[in-house]
Amino acid sequence: MLEELVVLFVIFVLAMFVGFEVITKVPPTLHTPLMSGSNAISGITIIGALIIAGAADNRISSILGAVAVAFAMINVVGGFMVTDRMLHMFKRKPEEQKK
Amino acid sequence: MMDAFAKLAYLLAAVLFIFGLKRLSSPATARSGNWLASLGMAIAIIATLAFEGVVQWQYIVVGVIVGSTVGGLFARLVKMTAMPEMVALLNGFGGGASALVASAEFVKYYEAGGIIPVNFGVAIMLSVVVGTLTFSGSLVAFGKLRELITGRAVTYPGQQIVNALILLAALGGVVWLVIAPHNWPFFIALAGLAFLLGILSVIPIGGADMPVVISLLNSYSGIAAALTGFVINNEGLIISGALVGASGLILTNIMCKAMNRSLANVLFSAFGSEVQEIGPGGAAGDRTVRSLTHEDAATMLAYARQVVFAPGYGLAVAQAQHEVRELADMLQERGVEVKYAIHPVAGRMPGHMNVLLAEADVPYDQLYDMEQINPEFERTDVSVIIGANDVVNPAARSDTSSPLYGMPILDVDKSQHTIVLKRSMRPGFAGVDNELFYQENNSMLFGDAKDSFKKLIEEVKQL
Repeated sequence: MLEELVVLFVIFVLAMFVGFEVITKVPPTLHTPLMSGSNAISGITIIGALIIAGAADNRISSILGAVAVAFAMINVVGGFMVTDRMLHMFKRKPEEQKK
Repeated sequence: MMDAFAKLAYLLAAVLFIFGLKRLSSPATARSGNWLASLGMAIAIIATLAFEGVVQWQYIVVGVIVGSTVGGLFARLVKMTAMPEMVALLNGFGGGASALVASAEFVKYYEAGGIIPVNFGVAIMLSVVVGTLTFSGSLVAFGKLRELITGRAVTYPGQQIVNALILLAALGGVVWLVIAPHNWPFFIALAGLAFLLGILSVIPIGGADMPVVISLLNSYSGIAAALTGFVINNEGLIISGALVGASGLILTNIMCKAMNRSLANVLFSAFGSEVQEIGPGGAAGDRTVRSLTHEDAATMLAYARQVVFAPGYGLAVAQAQHEVRELADMLQERGVEVKYAIHPVAGRMPGHMNVLLAEADVPYDQLYDMEQINPEFERTDVSVIIGANDVVNPAARSDTSSPLYGMPILDVDKSQHTIVLKRSMRPGFAGVDNELFYQENNSMLFGDAKDSFKKLIEEVKQL
């Protein structure tokens, strides 16, 4: 039981380091899309929500699961879509623009 | 067997998240990165539905339809100026979802009547606490950003003691519930305490400190997801949650550094709760500021060699980004070099200004970070400050008694001329009078930024 927890904790700490490495390279220009995008990623809780909502353990946990699915889905769909909308706007100087 | 497939799929999803975030290192590849990350999420969702033994679909279908519709509508309808609110709200939903999953797990164990193993107990309770306070804290942040509640810091005597007591009570509740989990009312009370803590810890934080709070809540939402991973024993959640947690922490750190303040100072000092009317050099009232006409300002800009625009939160309020771009284009056609100076904490969230200007089709290679642009100001003829205040206050460099002292600023005062667009002489968020306004080479252009820019555009046309 404790070993299991430690293994998970090891994964958590290592993933934090990967996160630090990757994210320090994101330029300030993209900090807002980074937030909304990483937000969408935190919607990964959807996995837990789907398992609970689909498990038929009892009524209350199913309902909590359904609300969790809705919340996580707002996070996932809203996050990725709005990030895409923002990133679509980031453009280099167009060639035809005269100086 | 099925379990192994699911785990491999989650691993694949996590790898795609990492690659996706990696591609965010440049605006050119960022969009494809976001697509990779969403592909990862799709894989994770499909794998869950296929391999995790779903026996009832009705709750899932309802949740997915409602969530996707609401999320999709938000994403389509939100204005770029309202992006901080949107992100605050998304943080909240993420935290809320994690808290709900943990609560459902609690209910499952509770109904089954067996003992909850200590490791799950700890994870469930912590997940509920972090998730719930992320949820309520984000709602308050949202309310402040939308100005549904006051954007200023809300304080009362003994505030920190009250918060500390609630935090202690919540931690005590976690310990108690881990030891004796079969206690419904206690569980509800714990969630209630966490909800209260989220509200009370965000209300004393004022508007311009919002970039820090949003980053921190972003981090919390990731941590909450990771904790849920401990609850349901799922490495995919733990890895992804940790990535987001790290991302939020880095942004929090960058924001704090950009204000030369510690995280503790931002969270607990209630910065900006009162307005100091007295400037460092004596009473604010007895010094003169020069204001100029739109015509003069237009002439100054049109005959400059280099013009730097320094936007702040006022740009977002006035929604003047398109007009700024239009004026910049006209100036460029006349041969003026135009650059934008972006302070890391300009606006209400990290990168807020960049998104606004991107919306107005300003090419991102015209946007300069503070370190890049500061050496440029000496070569700049006119700097135009649009609704920014504290981030251009020279007192941060020179006046040791100023609350802003030590904060890195945009050195706009080193340019030949500065034009400050502002609605009134009201001090900025920090409540500190701005030395810049009284300097000899500064002129004020009072009024709404959008109107002012429209007039400037008209004037430049006639030149």
